Amino acid sequence: MNNEQLTAKILSFEPSAEVKDGLQYLTATVAFDKLHTLAKSLRESKDTNFDYLFCLTGMDYGDSLGVIYYLESTNLKHQLVLKIVCADKEKPVLDTVCDIWKTAEFLEREVFDLLGIDFNNHPDMRRIFLEEDWVGYPLRKDYSDNNIIVK
Amino acid sequence: MAEIIQDIQEQEYLINMGPQHPSTHGVLRLVLSLRGETVLSVQPHCGYIHRGIEKMCERLTYQQIIHLTDRLDYLSAHINNHAVCMLVENALGVELPERVKYIRTIMDELARIASHQLWWCSFGMDLGALTAFFYGLRDREPILDIFEESTGGRLIQSYYTPGGLMKDIHPGFQKRVKDFIKMFRKKINEYDQLLSGNVIMTQRTQGIGILTEEEAISFGVTGPSGRGSGFECDIRKHHPYSLYNKVEFKEILRTEGDSFARYSVRMDEMRESLNIIEQLIDNIPAGDFSVKMKPVIKLPEGEYYQRVEAARGEFGVFISSKGEKYPYRVKLRSPNFSNLSALHSIAHGQKIADLVAIGASLDYVIPDIDR
Amino acid sequence: MEFNIYDFTSFTKWIDESLNAAMSPFWVMITEMAIIGVAILAFYALVGLFLVYAERKVCAFMQNRVGPNRVGPFGIFQTIADLLKLLMKELVYIKNADKLLFNIAPFIVITASFLAIAAIPFAKGLHAIDFNIGIFYVVAVSSLGVIGILLAGWSSNSKYSLIGAMRSGAQIVSYELSVGLSLITMVILSGSMQLSTIVEAQANGWFIFTGHIPAIIAFVIYMIAATAETNRGPFDLAEAESELTAGFHTEYSGIRFAFFFLAEYMNMFIVASIAATIFWGGWMPFHVPGWEGFNTVMDYIPPFIWYIGKTAVIIFIMMLFKWTFPRLRIDQLLTLEWKYLLPINLFNVVLMAFIVLMGWHW
Repeated sequence: MNNEQLTAKILSFEPSAEVKDGLQYLTATVAFDKLHTLAKSLRESKDTNFDYLFCLTGMDYGDSLGVIYYLESTNLKHQLVLKIVCADKEKPVLDTVCDIWKTAEFLEREVFDLLGIDFNNHPDMRRIFLEEDWVGYPLRKDYSDNNIIVK
Repeated sequence: MAEIIQDIQEQEYLINMGPQHPSTHGVLRLVLSLRGETVLSVQPHCGYIHRGIEKMCERLTYQQIIHLTDRLDYLSAHINNHAVCMLVENALGVELPERVKYIRTIMDELARIASHQLWWCSFGMDLGALTAFFYGLRDREPILDIFEESTGGRLIQSYYTPGGLMKDIHPGFQKRVKDFIKMFRKKINEYDQLLSGNVIMTQRTQGIGILTEEEAISFGVTGPSGRGSGFECDIRKHHPYSLYNKVEFKEILRTEGDSFARYSVRMDEMRESLNIIEQLIDNIPAGDFSVKMKPVIKLPEGEYYQRVEAARGEFGVFISSKGEKYPYRVKLRSPNFSNLSALHSIAHGQKIADLVAIGASLDYVIPDIDR
Repeated sequence: MEFNIYDFTSFTKWIDESLNAAMSPFWVMITEMAIIGVAILAFYALVGLFLVYAERKVCAFMQNRVGPNRVGPFGIFQTIADLLKLLMKELVYIKNADKLLFNIAPFIVITASFLAIAAIPFAKGLHAIDFNIGIFYVVAVSSLGVIGILLAGWSSNSKYSLIGAMRSGAQIVSYELSVGLSLITMVILSGSMQLSTIVEAQANGWFIFTGHIPAIIAFVIYMIAATAETNRGPFDLAEAESELTAGFHTEYSGIRFAFFFLAEYMNMFIVASIAATIFWGGWMPFHVPGWEGFNTVMDYIPPFIWYIGKTAVIIFIMMLFKWTFPRLRIDQLLTLEWKYLLPINLFNVVLMAFIVLMGWHW
């Protein structure tokens, strides 16, 4: 499926989505509360069939937090980037996608650990790398640590 | 009394495998709950060597990042660096000399063979065949010598740099590599004789630790582990980079999805890598080994992603740039992290000895998980 | 007194008689026990040290390495240096370990292997005691070691140790059957349980040659079962360093660990001795009936050399096993014993009895 068809398809799933072509991959930006339904339809529709989540990145944009999903279809060979920005920087919450792509279970735990984005309905939302009593989220831009070596 | 017996039968036996354990290949900690010898659940606890490389990269220039990506999956150090270099080169639109591409592809494949050799060593060791360990290490030595001669490093080379290579190859490189190919083609058959056909080995691995294709895709299990389940995930084939669209090679696939399938995919991949090197080694064109780059590289504003096929699966680098000399955010998609997430799904219900064999067949490298 | 390296009978008799002339029978018994104890202890330590060295050299040979080569010529003093190190090491106690059982366990293991040596005939007339139920005694005594292993695993208060001990218990209890039955097959052939009689009966050909197919089957089964009973690879599940770190002796250190280690090698020596004695004629030289000249030449080699040589060959085979094969899984191990070896063994006993009954053996 080429990018135009994909764009049309995404817009049919979620009219409010903002689809941008011309970058490295086709990029769709949606509101945070639309994430789960859109992801589910992208995964389940026969025409899109995004069954492989190959990267999940948490982002600190400075004034807000967000997550970027890199999706690929293993049989249709097209890729899509899904960008979500959380509504609230103080208490960022998103819906989990680990019921759609199982690999998200660990990747979301990593995002929670290092960026502090909480995922609803996640089966095991704990820190994965750092200790349970670690204060702060290291990958945030405003995180400061007295022991940080690289300045 | 009957109640006590039932109580005992229902109790789970919790055991900490790691962080110091011979078969977790590093400082991975697995919390197992057992009933007798049967594994009920596996919970990986990571982070024992988490170094915050992603955070460190935010304060390093693009040339400096190379020295950190080496230290992720140290067995495919070349390949990790390749991803970062290609990302920077593609973002800046730098056209590389053919010579660089040839050398990079050959080095990548050598690193892949060396990595698979070490995997074979530890696979044998985890199953209790210690002799395999020494056979593998013996044959890995020539590759490390080749690396040392050209790059100066044996394990961690930092040989690639945005725009080309740090140094040109050693004059004896081609001869050494050809000697190695000739030698290793014989030795790999020896591997098969020693371990692959062994009755105990086949009993321990065939039909054990089955990962279906659907689950492999869902868990993002890539590389030889994913291809053992029939998941066509070879980035070299599906998203060719460097010279992989010019050389002929097969994507090794198995459909069984058990430990033995993962084992044989890796064995065949070593042979396939030898084929790739053979096609390139005689034709390395003359020319520069690097392009002149600005001393301070600034990527244009935007988000970039580069995928490569590392020895253990798909390695990805995500860099978000604000147009400064430092990246704004770096994310490293490590294959081992995703592969590890499937461990519980593969290993629950198996015996504790099978868990070790499954772990060996997934071939995780802990610094790559923890980053 | 005439000292003869081909026949120690007169030598041992001379010792007995001179002691009897000097003191009362009670003190003779005490003295003889002391002499034998010291002699066996020295032999035990010597063989143990040598076997550890041999294992490391064989292992190195299999793995394209040199092996120990720094301490003394060809590293022959390496194991002595290791022993000194182990003697000096701190004995680590585990909190909440069962102190008494924890301390006793290594001694039980080492005593069990120590006891079995008493019955083995090293050369003609050179054995501590010649039981008329020698085989029965050896089998009974050598299976005592499992008690020590179980106690070690239980008392260590460590989870890995417990799993290792339970594996070991299941394994040794199972393989004890095969060891016993394959030896019984040979007892049927020889018609005696006395080890000296068995060796004498092989003067005209070792049992492995005269016993037809059942003897060969019994030998193969015995080798498999004996390897399993001594907890050696590919049956080293009780230790399984890649699964259980070190199995039942995870928590042991210093000389207690050395006891386990030494007992393992001595058990290997004992099972190899028994295999050599029962299947390969013990100290009996290689004879072919009818070839008088050849037999005479063979007789010139001292029996003690024959015995040590045969044992060494069997030990070497066991080492090759260990360094070639991967390890089995516990359920596969038990399947092998209960579903394959045991039925074959039972059939084999009947076959041997039939052959002996018909007088088909030589």
